[in-house]
Amino acid sequence: MPKRKAIVSIRECVSCGCCMKICPKGAITIPTGIHAVIDKELCVGCGKCAKECPASIITLEVTEA
Amino acid sequence: MKQTKKWYDYLWVVSLTYLILGFFNILFAWLGLLCFFIPLLISIIKGNKAYCNRYCGRGQLFSLVGGRFGLSRKKDIPKWMRSSYFRYGFLTFFFVMFFLMLWNTWLVFEGSGELRTAVTLLWTFKVPWQWAYHGTLFSDGVAQFAFGFYSVMLTSTILGFLTMLLFKPRSWCVYCPMGTMTQLICKAKNVTASRK
Repeated sequence: MPKRKAIVSIRECVSCGCCMKICPKGAITIPTGIHAVIDKELCVGCGKCAKECPASIITLEVTEA
Repeated sequence: MKQTKKWYDYLWVVSLTYLILGFFNILFAWLGLLCFFIPLLISIIKGNKAYCNRYCGRGQLFSLVGGRFGLSRKKDIPKWMRSSYFRYGFLTFFFVMFFLMLWNTWLVFEGSGELRTAVTLLWTFKVPWQWAYHGTLFSDGVAQFAFGFYSVMLTSTILGFLTMLLFKPRSWCVYCPMGTMTQLICKAKNVTASRK
């Protein structure tokens, strides 16, 4: 079964931290204030971050696991 | 992993109080400088956006009113508003207006300008605000700066509320000049760090 994971458009991310706050798995960090980083191991593809992102730059994509 | 609330999750109370205080005594506007210096210092010293991510009371206020209270259409922000042209353009515009405000303050300080007890909304509309002015112990310039700075804060709150209603709750964060500036600082820091 293909698994969906959240993908951040790094170039457009404003590092506001909304995704980090909403993520139920604590899979998102913004280590250097430049863009959000998603831990693919922890991401369950729930899509909460994509919905929350004020810039709407997070998408859910099927990635080859 | 539902996190328990921390003390900094209630900083929206501080932001709200700040806006209310400006209706009673304009000199409280000076406190708003904290919202300028703290994020800058965090980004310069720590090289991250912890201010936006954790401590920004205004962001919390927008997610509370737009998210919890549902006063938001929750639609995608237009593409042009999240483009770097708009973000850097808005930062530049904000800077220019800020320096004009500082210039007007200076004129009052050195005595060639007169104190105007008004708050300028959206850089255009002068709203009489004399009820919140009860004199200063120092130069009139101190009050002029307070009026000018409060104008900046109230204007950006109004813009933030508008985009909260139209788009997602924290749409303001996309084009917030402080956010853009601290991200630029983080980018600059990262470039120099990777060169080491």
